[in-house]
Amino acid sequence: MDLVELDFFTTREKLATREINCKELFETYLQRIDKGAHLNAFISVFPENGRKRADEIDRKLASGKAGKLAGMILGVKDLISVRDELTTCGSKILSNFVSPYDATVIRKLNAEDVIIIGKMNMDEFAMGSSNENSFFGAVKNPLDVDRVPGGSSGGSAAAVAGNLCMTALGSDTGGSIRQPASFCGVVGLKPTYGRISRFGLVAYASSLDQIGPVTKSVADTALLLEVMSGGDKLDSTSAHVAVQKFTAALGQDVKGLKIGLPKEYFSEGLDRQVADAVSLSADILKSAGAEIIEVSLPHTEYAIATYYILATAEASSNLARYDGARYGYRVPDVVDLEDMYVRSRTEGFGAEVQRRIMLGTYVLSAGYYEAYYRKAQKVRTLIKHDFERAFQTVDCLLTPTAPTTAFKIGEKIDDPLTMYLSDVYTVSVNLAGLPGISVPFAQDGAGLPIGVQLIGKAFDEETIIRVADFLERNADSNS
Amino acid sequence: MKYEPVIGLEVHIQLLTESKIFCSCSTKFGAEQNTHVCPICLGLPGVLPVLNEKVVEYAIKLALATNSRINKRSIFARKNYFYPDLPKGYQISQFEEPFCEFGRISIKVDGEKSREISLTRIHLEEDAGKSVHAESFVSKDETLVDVNRCGTPLLEIVSEPDFRTPKEAAAYLTRLRQIVRYLGVCDGNMEEGSMRCDANISVRPQGQEKLGVKTELKNMNSISSVEKALDFEIERQISVLSEGGSISQETLLWDANRNVAEPMRSKEYSDDYRYFPEPDLVPVEVNEDWIDRVSQSMPELPLAKKQRFVQEFALPEYDAQVLSEDRAIADYFETAAQKVADKKAVSNMVMGEVLRVIKEQQLHVKDLKITPEYLSEIINMIDEGAISRNIAKKVFNRVAETGTAPRVIVQQEGLLQISDTSALEATLDQVLQENPNEVQAFLNGKEKVIGFLMGQVMRATSGKANPRSVNALLRKKLADLKS
Repeated sequence: MDLVELDFFTTREKLATREINCKELFETYLQRIDKGAHLNAFISVFPENGRKRADEIDRKLASGKAGKLAGMILGVKDLISVRDELTTCGSKILSNFVSPYDATVIRKLNAEDVIIIGKMNMDEFAMGSSNENSFFGAVKNPLDVDRVPGGSSGGSAAAVAGNLCMTALGSDTGGSIRQPASFCGVVGLKPTYGRISRFGLVAYASSLDQIGPVTKSVADTALLLEVMSGGDKLDSTSAHVAVQKFTAALGQDVKGLKIGLPKEYFSEGLDRQVADAVSLSADILKSAGAEIIEVSLPHTEYAIATYYILATAEASSNLARYDGARYGYRVPDVVDLEDMYVRSRTEGFGAEVQRRIMLGTYVLSAGYYEAYYRKAQKVRTLIKHDFERAFQTVDCLLTPTAPTTAFKIGEKIDDPLTMYLSDVYTVSVNLAGLPGISVPFAQDGAGLPIGVQLIGKAFDEETIIRVADFLERNADSNS
Repeated sequence: MKYEPVIGLEVHIQLLTESKIFCSCSTKFGAEQNTHVCPICLGLPGVLPVLNEKVVEYAIKLALATNSRINKRSIFARKNYFYPDLPKGYQISQFEEPFCEFGRISIKVDGEKSREISLTRIHLEEDAGKSVHAESFVSKDETLVDVNRCGTPLLEIVSEPDFRTPKEAAAYLTRLRQIVRYLGVCDGNMEEGSMRCDANISVRPQGQEKLGVKTELKNMNSISSVEKALDFEIERQISVLSEGGSISQETLLWDANRNVAEPMRSKEYSDDYRYFPEPDLVPVEVNEDWIDRVSQSMPELPLAKKQRFVQEFALPEYDAQVLSEDRAIADYFETAAQKVADKKAVSNMVMGEVLRVIKEQQLHVKDLKITPEYLSEIINMIDEGAISRNIAKKVFNRVAETGTAPRVIVQQEGLLQISDTSALEATLDQVLQENPNEVQAFLNGKEKVIGFLMGQVMRATSGKANPRSVNALLRKKLADLKS
């Protein structure tokens, strides 16, 4: 088996026994990035710094002083700050922006000796479900280059699936980790809101954004989550709750677990093959001793509308700082202040970002605030209550991740409303602040991967990691 | 027709915390441009604000001092607008659910009864930076931005439209400034902008309930400017209305050089700040414990101090008022009065001499060379009869100039009072001998000449003679001559 096919969990044994070293590993991935350039998964690659780090960590491994993630070759979605590197957010307006500081997650991961290989392409400011909205061009699905990898963390999912890096960080505001993970056949976790510090994550919608891992295995996800979790003095919304040993949830059975199937998630618009995959996974869990219970999340139909009001409202404010005044793109030959603002932002932002800024500005405007923003906040509370009620009877929920498998590049780009429906099964999780994981479980007739989603109680990533790991072990035989 | 003005004030005070409201940068005034900055107050992509608890503590102090009702839970909101000195494109402020509400501040205008002004709310927010246009180092078509001030903590104190005259507004600002200085939460310097005031003003026919259309006045850099600007605007509004015109709702800028208020460059649309709850911060939660702790660290406030001075030291109202105006002066007085029996004498010296020196030399109390301990020493020396009141003034000035202890100055300059009658006797005899006419006049019943004779003795002793001793001895000698 090719080295780059392995997850970190397996590779670390080889690194520990010195069967391979970080330097070789890193060079192998650099070659893969070259070969996979057509996927357009990376915005920047760090060969020099990466080599230095690989040498350094090889020495640490030799002296037995290496960190938990020593030798993990990690890609970082280009909206997480890595000191002295570009942080473009996939946008023209930040195409020249070099961040002077490390995000909290980067600080934590570096302390455990990851090697950052580069920054990944993404939908501009994390707005999109196909990775076609990037200033740096669309990302291609490594399993079928005519298809999208999903979005917005499309670069992260494509790079992991295409073996251009071992693991990656993504961010998930409405499904941006889980949906591309499903489209590319990799594992993607959106942790509980507050589980991981957002300091250094460029905000799209602050009350929904979370950083999470995109990996080849549930085990790698568990490892990364252990390192990244925990309260942070630099993020007031981070939660100071105990961090479980998530790797302890690996290799367990599912006997006695109560798993809910929300009936609203199996309605119109759901691809037959995806529905069958979820049913199959339910059957396997059942035969392994789990109890499958149908539950109801009655406000599901309002989730997309609620999401697009709240997320765009926050985005319209979060993106106000990109005005050409202090950093980032500024048009030449400015006439006056308003001219600088209008033209820098018109030229600097892509169409989808402009659409969402306008939507968000509208819903916060005098006279519309009550009807849209305030109403949406109330619905958000109802959606949260739906989950709380369901979790009184079940330990976690099993659902499709996305209604379809990866669609064709260009297929939905001119139809934003259809595109928005790609997130129909993922946005509620963000609105309720819950953890959700997508694990590859089956393939459709065309051989495209189908992911299933597990949704957990707040701060109970343990249970969904346990079930996802079980499904991962039992997936191959059924596809 | 007679018109009645209706005025409400919005005051911003910069808090004297060491660091900014949402990051750890220094708030120190006057640093080189753009040096007190970090990714957070620069609003770089990806940063988050974290509330400085000291700001909440200061807000609790002001809330307690104004009898405001502190909300156990208040929330931050974003006020969205574009301006180059506002790095995030929004200001973090409070909108719905402010920090505290329903406060009161008592004011007194000369010759009128004191009355209470109601406060609508006090809320927390961050300051913006400064845009620099008209400076020598800025070219004509450029604007430079100094971000140092970004994130300096502010409290905004919003009054009800309770003022009916510009004098009341000025009295309120004076009182508010006194309170924030007493609390040590703000230096109250309107010239430097650490305290800023905007005024909303309208006029209505006397007796009418409905409010008139208001204008907003900005850019007043002193309390007297506020008063002048309000006077100006009241007159303008009344004259417009009297001529059948109408007032348009707009913002006017006060020009202190020309004493006029003129409309800001008008925008055709009204500002829509699109306030919404700040998702990057959690609600501010203040429990009883915290309030109790702050309450125990509260200094005595001006009114309470004044009353205590009257009761404890038996000072006249006027003295207590003057002494309690400034906390540092009040503390100076109290320290000096500690070791002196005659409190009124201390009050006289502080109000007369100390305040004079402060004013003449433009000093801060803490920089006075004459310490409160030295002042009590001087007063005690008068009491003991060691120096006369006249000499005391001289000693005071010498101490204030040099910082040398009063007893040392008295010693060095030989200013000790002569109370010993035997030492005075010779001088007295000489004065009587040299002024036979006056002596005769006294003996003929012209008692007043005794003053002249005393003056002669004082002159001969360079003022060191104890006037009481001289008086007694002189009367005794003259009585002897009579018989």
